[in-house]
Amino acid sequence: MKLPVGYIVRNLAARKLTTILTAGGMALVVYVYATVLMLSAGLEKTLVATGQDDNVVVIRRGSQTEVQSSVDRASAAIVESLPDIATGEDGERLASREPVVLISLPKRGSTKPSNIVIRGVTQHGLTLRPQVHIVEGRMFRPGTSEIIAGRSIASGFTGAGLGETLRFGQRDWTVVGVFDAGRTGFDSEIWGDAEQMMQAFRRLNYSALIFRLADAQRFDAVKKAIEDDPRLNLEAKRETRFYADQSEGLSKFISYLGVSISVIFSIGAIIGAMITMYASVASRTAEIGTLRALGFSRAAILVAFLAESLLLGLTGGVIGLVAASAMQAFTISTMNFQTFAEIAFSFTLTPRIVVESLLFAVTMGFVGGFLPAFRAARMKIVDALRAA
Amino acid sequence: MTAHDDDRDGAGIPLVSIRGLNKEYVRGDQVIPVLVNIDLDVAAGDYIALMGPSGSGKSTLLNLIAGIDKPTGGEIRVAGVDIAQLSDSELAAWRAANVGFIFQFYNLMPVLTAFQNVELPLQLTTLSRRDRHERVATALALVGLSDRSDHFPNELSGGQQQRVAIARALITDPTLIVADEPTGDLDRVTGEEILGLLDRLNRELGKTIVMVTHDPKAAGKAHRMVHLEKGVLVDA
Repeated sequence: MKLPVGYIVRNLAARKLTTILTAGGMALVVYVYATVLMLSAGLEKTLVATGQDDNVVVIRRGSQTEVQSSVDRASAAIVESLPDIATGEDGERLASREPVVLISLPKRGSTKPSNIVIRGVTQHGLTLRPQVHIVEGRMFRPGTSEIIAGRSIASGFTGAGLGETLRFGQRDWTVVGVFDAGRTGFDSEIWGDAEQMMQAFRRLNYSALIFRLADAQRFDAVKKAIEDDPRLNLEAKRETRFYADQSEGLSKFISYLGVSISVIFSIGAIIGAMITMYASVASRTAEIGTLRALGFSRAAILVAFLAESLLLGLTGGVIGLVAASAMQAFTISTMNFQTFAEIAFSFTLTPRIVVESLLFAVTMGFVGGFLPAFRAARMKIVDALRAA
Repeated sequence: MTAHDDDRDGAGIPLVSIRGLNKEYVRGDQVIPVLVNIDLDVAAGDYIALMGPSGSGKSTLLNLIAGIDKPTGGEIRVAGVDIAQLSDSELAAWRAANVGFIFQFYNLMPVLTAFQNVELPLQLTTLSRRDRHERVATALALVGLSDRSDHFPNELSGGQQQRVAIARALITDPTLIVADEPTGDLDRVTGEEILGLLDRLNRELGKTIVMVTHDPKAAGKAHRMVHLEKGVLVDA
C-alpha cells in the first residue's frame, strides 16, 4: 500500500525554493562532515604511504617519533650486522643511519615560522625510498653542505626553493634539488648528507636506523632479535606501521572535532527539514484527507512523507558530497602534533566516506521528517478534508 | 465497469442499512448531538439526495456511510458489513474497495496528471500496470476527457476537474458512490453536465449514489430526497 514514487518526487519539485534551501542547508552540513573525514583520510593515507612494507625503522625503545629517538653508533652497527638485511646492487647492506632534527623556518608570504624535519640520509636512503624522485635540480653530493627539499617545502617555505640558501646548524646550505615523494610524508622534509648533519647539529647519536628486509616475512624474527638483544635498547617497527602510528593521533583528533562540529550543525539542518516538512504537511492537509478517504492507510501516508524527507536529505547529501569531492584538488599543510613537524596532505575521498556522508544526510532527513510525517498520518480524515 | 445486475436483483436487501445511528461531538464539557437515532435504507442501484440546512448533519451522515468517520452509536451495514465495527486499517481497505468519493472541491492531487489522479486508487490493488492503464483510459473516455489525460489539475477547468474526480471515483468499480456537494463549486451549465454524468452512472452502470446537496435542482435528479433537520430525519 504505497503511494507512487512520482507523487513523492513531484511534491518536492513543486516546492522548488523551499526544497533547494532545505537541501542546501543539509548539503552544507554534509560538506563539512565529508571534508573533515577526507582531511583525516588524507593524512592517514599520506603517512601510511610514506612507509614501505619491507622497510624496518629501528628507534630507541619507548619513543614514538624519530625526533625523540636516539641510536648510538655501536647499536647501529650491531643491528646492521643482522643477517636478514637485504643487500644492494653495490653489495652493501641496504641500511641508512639517519639523524632527524626539527628546525623552524618561516613560511613564504608570512613571518610565521613552522617546524620542518631535516633528515640526514646516506646513499642508501634513496634506495630505501623508491617513491622519492628528484624532479628539479640534482641529488646532493655527499660530504658537502648541499640539501634537497621536498616539493611542498620548496614551494611553501622561504629559502627552500631550488638554488636558494637556508641557514641552520650554524651553516649555509644550498638547495640543489627538489624531490617529489609521491604525496607521502617525505614531501614535507629536507634531506642532506647524514654525516654533515651530525657535525652541524653536533650530534653523537643517530635518530633512527632504517633497513630493508631481504624477506619481508622475516619481520617478526628480526624484531625479536633486536628487541631481545640485551646490548640494545631499541625497538623495531615496520615502516608502514611506524608512520601509521604517527598519523593516528592527529587524524583521530581531526575526525572527532569534525564529527562533533557536524553533529552540532546538523541540529540546525534537522530543524530546517522539520519546518519544511511541517509546512508541507500543513499545506497538503486536504490532500492527506483525500488520500486517506481513497483508502490509503496511515502507514502509507507516514511512509510517503518520510520518503519525501529522506529524499530531501539524500539530495542535500549528494550536493554536499559533490562539493566536498572538489576539495580533492587542494593540498593543505599543518602541524602534526605527534611529530611537531609540518606535514602536507590532500583531502582524500574514500568509498567509506561517501557511504558515511550519505547515511548522515539520510539520517538528518529521517530525524527531521519523522514528527511531521507522524502528524500527517495521525490526522482525522474528516478534519483533514475540512481544510479544503 | 459493468453494471451490478446482481445488486439490482437483490433489491429486497438494502445495500446500505442504518439503524439507530447516533453521532455526538464533545467540545470541552459540552456534548453536541449531530445525528440522533437515524434509521435509513438505501437500496442497491438507488440514487438519493441528502438535503437540509447547514449544520443539519447531512455531511456527517455521508461521512459515516462512506466510512471516513465513526458513529457514537448504532449500526451501519453496507453490503452486509457493519462498518462501525471495523478497525482503522480494515476500514481503509474497505473504503478502497467499496466507496468512490466525489468532493465539492474535486480534491485532485495537484502534482499528478489527470491520468495519474484517476489511477491513484488502483495503486491499492494488485492489478498489473497494463490493466491499470486500460481501466484509466476507459474511465477517462467515459467522462469525456481522453484528450486531457496528461494535463495537470491546474490546467483544467472546474468542470473538467470534477469529471476527473468522477473517473477516479469510478475506477475501482465501487459498490457505492458518495458525493458531497458535487456541483457546489461549479456554474449552472457545468453543474448540469456533472449531474448528467452522475445520472448516467446510476442508470447505465447501476451505481448506487448518495449525494449531499443544497441545490434543489441537483436533488431533483435523484430518485429520492432525504431531509435532515438538527440531526433528525424529517422524511425518508
